[in-house]
Amino acid sequence: MSSTATGHHTPIPNVATLVKVFLSLIVLTFVTTLISYVDLGELNIVVALIIAVFKASLVAWIFMGVRYTTSLTKLFVVAGLVWLSILVILTYSDYTSRNWIYQARPWSQTKAPFFEDKAK
Amino acid sequence: MNVPLGATNTAVLICSSLTMAMAVRSAQLSQRKALVRFLLLTMFFGAIFLGVKAYEYHEKWVEHLVPGFGFQYEETQFERNAQILFFLYFAMTGMHAIHMIVGFGLLTYLVVKARKNAFTEHYFAPVEMIGLYWHFVDIVWIFLFPMLYLIGGRR
Repeated sequence: MSSTATGHHTPIPNVATLVKVFLSLIVLTFVTTLISYVDLGELNIVVALIIAVFKASLVAWIFMGVRYTTSLTKLFVVAGLVWLSILVILTYSDYTSRNWIYQARPWSQTKAPFFEDKAK
Repeated sequence: MNVPLGATNTAVLICSSLTMAMAVRSAQLSQRKALVRFLLLTMFFGAIFLGVKAYEYHEKWVEHLVPGFGFQYEETQFERNAQILFFLYFAMTGMHAIHMIVGFGLLTYLVVKARKNAFTEHYFAPVEMIGLYWHFVDIVWIFLFPMLYLIGGRR
């Protein structure tokens, strides 16, 4: 990457790359904040999280130097993400499908037993 | 949630990530003075973040929005739900703040070592590792910001 590398095996990122990533992150923060003031319904969550994933990828790819590492390290990064996706998918499949069985009332009307005991 | 403050804090944390990346670069190039300077700058931005966070916590305290301590919510029919939301808010941002404080300690260690010229192009692994930790804490905030400030939590 950088011509100033002093014989070390890790390529050194140049300042321009780091600054470009920094500016992109600032712009994306600004954009995601502005979009949140527009009511897009369900899409607000989707847009906000897509931008967040993009920002996190930028940080990992350049700041954390995934780009400059070996394929083995990249494989470990992907393995971590796969593991995280298992956690997220299992949690949210439970969260969304619970009501299918118990036919619970809407969330705002549900009374948890804990709070009922307190009221007595 | 105070969206402008949250957005500002996100920007501050991104600044600290840039200075951290620059610090790692300085270590790789054996630039001792630049390394110390960038580490101190990273700590400076980290301190601003924690200061703003403390201000926000105080704001919540004044507005009776701290769960368990006389929690009050203006729309009383949603009080229970609001309390759960603010419990999650404090748990998640609190855990994040603890990681920031740990990072602060680690950076102090790096500054002390860097001043003694401990890091050169041949040995900079500690700077790189603590840099990874710092960026990781930044990534966590990148997700916490939209999830707590931009969706659901708006009033």
